[in-house]
Amino acid sequence: MELLIEPGRAEKNYWRDLWRYRELFYFLAWRDILVRYKQTVIGVAWAVIQPFLTTVAFTLVFNRVAKLPAPAGVPYFLMVMAAQLPWQFFSTSLSASSSSLIGNANLISKIYFPRLIIPAGSVITSFVDFLITTGLMAAMMLWFRFVPDWRLLALPLFVALAFGAAFGAGLWLCALNVKYRDFRYIIPFIVQFGFFLSPVGYTSDRVPDIWLWHGLDIPARLLYSFNPMVGVIDGFRWALLRGQTDFWWPSIQLSIVLTVALCASGIWYFRKMERTFADVI
Amino acid sequence: MSDVIISVENLGKKYRIQHQAEGRRYVALRDVIAQKFAARFKFLRRSQKSEVRSQNPTSDLRPPTTGSDPTSDLRPPSSEDFWALRNVSFEVKQGEVVGIIGRNGAGKSTLLKILSRITEPTEGRIRIRGRVASLLEVGTGFHPELTGRENIFLNGAILGMHRAEIKKKFDEIVAFAEVEKFLDTPVKRYSSGMYVRLAFAVAAHLEPEILIVDEVLAVGDAQFQKKCLGKMSEVAHGGRTVLFVSHNMAAVSGLCGSAIWLVDGMVCARGRADELVHKYLAAVSTAGSTFQLSRRHTGDDVRIGRIELIVDGIPSTNIQAGQSCIIRVYYRRVSDRSIDSLSLSVMLYSDGQKLTNLWTNCHTEFTANCQRLPMAGFGDCCIEKWPFRSHTIRVDIFSHTNNSTQDWVEEALVFNSHDGDYYGSGVIPNPDQGIMFLNHSWRFYADK
Repeated sequence: MELLIEPGRAEKNYWRDLWRYRELFYFLAWRDILVRYKQTVIGVAWAVIQPFLTTVAFTLVFNRVAKLPAPAGVPYFLMVMAAQLPWQFFSTSLSASSSSLIGNANLISKIYFPRLIIPAGSVITSFVDFLITTGLMAAMMLWFRFVPDWRLLALPLFVALAFGAAFGAGLWLCALNVKYRDFRYIIPFIVQFGFFLSPVGYTSDRVPDIWLWHGLDIPARLLYSFNPMVGVIDGFRWALLRGQTDFWWPSIQLSIVLTVALCASGIWYFRKMERTFADVI
Repeated sequence: MSDVIISVENLGKKYRIQHQAEGRRYVALRDVIAQKFAARFKFLRRSQKSEVRSQNPTSDLRPPTTGSDPTSDLRPPSSEDFWALRNVSFEVKQGEVVGIIGRNGAGKSTLLKILSRITEPTEGRIRIRGRVASLLEVGTGFHPELTGRENIFLNGAILGMHRAEIKKKFDEIVAFAEVEKFLDTPVKRYSSGMYVRLAFAVAAHLEPEILIVDEVLAVGDAQFQKKCLGKMSEVAHGGRTVLFVSHNMAAVSGLCGSAIWLVDGMVCARGRADELVHKYLAAVSTAGSTFQLSRRHTGDDVRIGRIELIVDGIPSTNIQAGQSCIIRVYYRRVSDRSIDSLSLSVMLYSDGQKLTNLWTNCHTEFTANCQRLPMAGFGDCCIEKWPFRSHTIRVDIFSHTNNSTQDWVEEALVFNSHDGDYYGSGVIPNPDQGIMFLNHSWRFYADK
């Protein structure tokens, strides 16, 4: 086996190297998962309690206080939880992957491997949380005696979409975070902002199609759907709740397009920055 | 040639240094935004500047400032290119153990980083036949929360071993590290000795064709270091290639067959390790008081100013065995805090070997008086008869007060010691009869 090192060489062999280092990827993901559930006192329980309590709070606020109605035949609690699943996954993987490179600075400055492994690993770690929360969702469906129908089969597609959105956005944020060290202060803000712009506590059909503003017709719902998570959350609800919630095609389509764009540009930007990581970090 | 395992051709690595960012390595988004704003509103400032200029005619004589370039404010004020490595070419053959020597900043670490692909070269190329593993620092990737067993697997994977390979070597690694009883304890509860042993054990059982080692031997107790050196030469005897970077010249000449000497990013010499080490030490020593190498001051009570060797009342860089001399250490107190205990170490080295430590703590009369230490001055360490023969002597100095390290300067002074008539008898034994003289006398008595 001969190895050639010259300027621009790593660039060419990138995807082959990524495949060659897959074992390291498994180990780093395994480490993160192990550490995550070792460090917190209640461990795995945390992945259950947190979304459960958040869902309870949202149900109280949006349903009981704000008096928003639930779609026919669906408990409000389940409707919120169906949105919690992808949103929680998206937001934890966003914050985890954005700080992942800095957290592994000693590895990056000492060993060669395709750096893409690190943010990808932290998305995987968050995905384990997501699976646990999915178990909670199933338990809650049993509790409410709510049986999903054939639409459940479409769920993996929306999971993949959520995965793509989280990965793409995570790549952008973690590369920016290495370059601009004060970027981490912005990330919690982005997550919170995104939360209000995502239909977690309410359904997306509460957003009007057209919004009249100073005599202008603003296509509010279309603009709203530029948040890729809108389509993902709508899709989750549709698949889990027997299609009782509104399924608005434009938002799903937009979400797919945006997710692909986010991933492609995220990989492009990450690889552009990657060359300097070891020198900067 | 078929047995060349590493071939480096015209390798170069350029870094951009930003003078403004002194003590701060990162770009902050805040600053970038501020700079862009400054550039946008620059016309305001420029008009103000021209007003000032018209009032002050002499300022026109100054050369035009960077303000003439409209993009200059977007960039950091002054940045320049710095070649950490340039035109480096060499070959390493299969089974060679090569030491890489040179001062701090000569480019050793950059070379290793490029070889282990952590960073890409700016120009040139390297051909490597075989798997490279680097031990840039033992314990890389260890996680304190994980147990010894888990860390062995994790660290092995990080260093490039496959799972099957780690499983096969697991028992061997555990035995080498002597941590059998603590395998299922998180490594955060390990003693530092155990931690280092485990980390090195994993690394030592890697079986790459090329092993890159950087200063790992600086850790651990003497016995463990010995074990590590043994393991390294075992690796080397197994026909594998080792690149070894260290400041420990004794280790380099002991372990390595050949060496590469880097000066300012270029290969200065390539040859037999012991010869090169000798030359290197001789070159380092010509400078006299260098005082610029790794200097660490962490305390804020006392600063070491400079250090001199005084022979016959004048500063010198040469001394003969048998002469009397003074090692004078200038200091300055930088705080008014009272000094309960000042401890000063003047450590003498030759060829990387510590010869002795002239330590104030061995002199209780000094320790008792240091509360009345003047604010600035010097301390003299008097040596009645210089005992060492032909050597290059390197002096490190270390100071400690009020329970904190004040200054630690490596290679604060380098001078040459020469053979001399130590015993005053006119007889000087051959150079192979030991490294030093010792004040002694002989007497003979009849049996009973």
